[in-house]
Amino acid sequence: MTLRKYLVLLSIVVFGSIGDSFLARGMKDVGAIDVHHLAHVFSALANPWVIFGIFSLLGFMSCYMTALSFADLTYVLPATSIGYVFMALLGHFWLHEHVSPQRWAGIVLVTVGVGLVAGGPSRTEHPPTPVPIAETMQEQV
Amino acid sequence: MKNLYTWVCIFSTVCASATGDVLIALAMRRIGDLGHFHRKHGFLAVIARVLSGGVLFGGIFFMAMAFFSNLVGLSWADLSLMGPASAALTFVANAIAAKFFLHENVDRRRWVATIFVCGGVLLLTYS
Repeated sequence: MTLRKYLVLLSIVVFGSIGDSFLARGMKDVGAIDVHHLAHVFSALANPWVIFGIFSLLGFMSCYMTALSFADLTYVLPATSIGYVFMALLGHFWLHEHVSPQRWAGIVLVTVGVGLVAGGPSRTEHPPTPVPIAETMQEQV
Repeated sequence: MKNLYTWVCIFSTVCASATGDVLIALAMRRIGDLGHFHRKHGFLAVIARVLSGGVLFGGIFFMAMAFFSNLVGLSWADLSLMGPASAALTFVANAIAAKFFLHENVDRRRWVATIFVCGGVLLLTYS
């Protein structure tokens, strides 16, 4: 893994978090969507926060596709979940929110999970199917 | 009732997202490392190469389904529930799908990492 590849993973975290936050902000303006009028969800596309969110998520998508071109899906997803830890730490140190012991435990679990997967190879090959001994002996004969 | 709708949205988001992830991962694996391709052939060739795969558009379709399902869910529930709950379940769904459909070698280390991240996200949400 090169520095460029780690930067791609970091961009996934940044664009994904910003995009989700903008969408949530926009949907608070739009209000609850009636289950019988689901087509009203398209009216949310006129909200500026939702539009900013979509642009952020387009940035997320391009970085995500780039990451999947050089790493496994089961590597990219856990490795980029460090964003949840960043958000919790920002809440504690910047916004002075109270972080409960359970939340600290959650931060530790996510960090250990990210460390475990990031320490391994980014791309794995499926182990080759072992050739039965009988076939190998027949080939030798 | 709103709670039920929220969980239906979370479930449909997880299914659509996992299907989209697997299809996009499959398409990008066929294309190969975009960094190498960009250095050899340039930016426009990368765009043309990425857009030439039909599987990718299938993946984008399911990701769009996940997006709208998430959007509807966000109109009923907070981001602090929708985001982590769908993310935690998507981790597990993706690990299973990657093993069986992408034939990734999901070894013990990756299963443990997936379970740790999943548990951590749930703790961050419900504490």
